[in-house]
Amino acid sequence: MSGPSTYQPKNGFTRWLDARLPVMRLVHDSFVAYPTPRNLNYWWTFGAILSFCLAVQIVTGIILAMHYVGHVDLAFASVQRIDRDVPYGWLIQNIHSVGASMFFLAVYIHMFRGLYYGSYKAPREILWILGCIIYLLMVATAFLGYSLPWGQMSFWAATVITNLIGALPVVGESIKNWLMGGFAIDNPTLTRFFSLHYLLPFVIAGVVILHIWALHVSGQNNPAGVDPKDESDTVPFTPHATMKDLFALTVFLILFAIFVFYMPDSLGHPDNYIPANPVVTPPHIVPEWYLLPFYAILRAIDFNVGPIDSKLGGVILMFASIAILFVLPWLDTSKIRSMRYRPVARQFFLIFVAVCIALGWCGQMNPSYSMFTAGEFRAGLHWVEGGQSIQRAVTAESERRAGATFEEAAEAMKAEGAQIVMVDRSSPTDATLTAISGGQLREAELTAHSLDELEAQIAERKAALGAAGVPYVEIERNLPFEFTVTRFAQILTAYYFLFFLVILPLLGLRETPGRVPETIAKSIRGAA
Amino acid sequence: MAETTADAADAPHDAHDAPSRRDFIYVAAGAVGAVGTIAAIWPLIDQMNPAADTRAMATTEIDLAALQEGQQIVATWQGKPVFVRHRTAAEIAAARRDDYAPLKDPATDASRLVQADGKPGNPAFLVLQASCTHLGCVPTFAAGDYRGWMCPCHGSHYDTSGRIRRGPAPLNLAVAPYVYLTETSIRIG
Ligand code: HEM
Ligand code: FES
Repeated sequence: MSGPSTYQPKNGFTRWLDARLPVMRLVHDSFVAYPTPRNLNYWWTFGAILSFCLAVQIVTGIILAMHYVGHVDLAFASVQRIDRDVPYGWLIQNIHSVGASMFFLAVYIHMFRGLYYGSYKAPREILWILGCIIYLLMVATAFLGYSLPWGQMSFWAATVITNLIGALPVVGESIKNWLMGGFAIDNPTLTRFFSLHYLLPFVIAGVVILHIWALHVSGQNNPAGVDPKDESDTVPFTPHATMKDLFALTVFLILFAIFVFYMPDSLGHPDNYIPANPVVTPPHIVPEWYLLPFYAILRAIDFNVGPIDSKLGGVILMFASIAILFVLPWLDTSKIRSMRYRPVARQFFLIFVAVCIALGWCGQMNPSYSMFTAGEFRAGLHWVEGGQSIQRAVTAESERRAGATFEEAAEAMKAEGAQIVMVDRSSPTDATLTAISGGQLREAELTAHSLDELEAQIAERKAALGAAGVPYVEIERNLPFEFTVTRFAQILTAYYFLFFLVILPLLGLRETPGRVPETIAKSIRGAA
Repeated sequence: MAETTADAADAPHDAHDAPSRRDFIYVAAGAVGAVGTIAAIWPLIDQMNPAADTRAMATTEIDLAALQEGQQIVATWQGKPVFVRHRTAAEIAAARRDDYAPLKDPATDASRLVQADGKPGNPAFLVLQASCTHLGCVPTFAAGDYRGWMCPCHGSHYDTSGRIRRGPAPLNLAVAPYVYLTETSIRIG
């Protein structure tokens, strides 16, 4: 793509340098003469914005590390001191914490851009995979960084995430203790998280260099998804891309500055201003906004699948949701890159974006919150007032038969005239049945709008009856279908995976693409 | 092995078919190098495991005398919270009554009192790890449907034996390994 170098050293020194270390040539070929497609839109400016974000995080991070103290007793106070006492510490700390959010905002736009315009397809597979690696490293860095201020959310997010690793069979517990450096999140954990949080951004910087290298080998994709035919389809990087990137960056910086100066805490959780307390859990643990969709996928699995319990299942799906991006270039069977010319795929893509946002919403909700219920929660209570009781001991042949045996015995007692029979099991195979005959059979119906409310009503009624001398209350619960956040998240998670595993593979084989206009299919010069 | 090398020495030009003495040296040197590399990397990995001082803090002693009936204390053992609950007679009875009720993670109350050395415990004192088996929050004392504990995070209800009764948690609150040192003091760990 870049072709032979056009660099011409201008004076004696640059000629001398070029013969020894052609670094000026590298810069010239990569950022000055480098040909970029002339039809790039503003979605292509996010790469430059991301490079800027990385630089900002590294610079502000190194400064924070000069004042931050990585110790459980001092970390929280040291961040407060940065905010209050260190000259301009408030600014630098805000830029770093808001910067993490801005970084993720930019990376998500950058990734959706790649998905929409098919930038992961040949010959850009390696470029895409390097991007996925950068994203994984960013997630790890942000998770580690979030634990450093040692507030309640820092501590409990770290606890929840390390517990997930403990869900792995057999080795989970040892890996967890190895990661934590102890049996709980504690000082050894904090110090290693700090060390790794300092390291990873530099690893990211290294992978970014590879990412840009791969980009400059295959050349940039463009909104049409059709390769530039000749030189007239491209313009030199400087000044065209340089200026456009700078303009976009300026706009992005305005948004950045609004957050830094006017609402630096709006993206974080207020509980992180409470120092970490290992014996008190905040009522609602949530990660930072940029990880909410994954948190939702993690919690969507509330059922066991064979030997995989719900917790492990959630962990597997959460990692799979990122892993699937790595193989995307081979899942999408369509040869057409840009969704501009794939009208059907375009619709599915837009739904996919909405699904990701909706998953984020699920991630910050209480998973058992009902979005709607079909009807009311009812319970029927039966009890007997007065009457006399007879007791009968029943022994079942085996544990497996126990339930049925006791039920038969109870039915028999009812047939003999008992109003109500209670079963009190004293061992796996023994029970005492108490039948109450005579007296008055009473009943009551309770209705509520939620299960919690219903259970509270039942408990209250039972206590009142117990106090009035009623020995036994039979309860029959009648629960309506409930559409909880978990159910919603399950549907969304299913779409997330179907999009990659079924929709993209099948669509590429079956769809009729839109027609690429002549002016794009041919080179500009050819068409003129 | 000796035969192979002897053969190879006899036919030095037949390098493609028979492994030569040189191949053997390559493989042997490579194997020693690999073992050496692993041996050198191991300390770099193992250093992250719990250190000796962390492991030394692995037990906690608790005096039960001050703990009133109907109360609980939250102790820390290995940096993790542990519930020690002095149960009332009614709470013990409620726990026993449900021994054979339909349970998600069936266990009798007596089995949850057994000490680390296998001796039966005192039904009055329940010693549990205070970590919700869902995602590890610390459940709230004497709350929920069964007045055992309720986890505030996603609403798991535990009974007065710490057994899971309702909500997303898959398992009962784990019993902390403890033994009685005297009538009124225990050691956890
Ligand atoms: C990929 C780049 C980075 C990301 C995404 C990132 C993310 C974060 C996040 C989310 C926090 C928590 C902020 C808060 O709640 O206040 C944090 C804190 C911190 N980071 Fe970074 N960081 C990055 C790079 C760096 C670098 C390069 C360093 C140091 C060399 C660093 C040093 C620190 C320190 C000392 C803290 C704790 C002080 C504080 O909370 O403000 N970070 N980071
Ligand atoms: S952590 Fe206790 S219910 Fe989720």
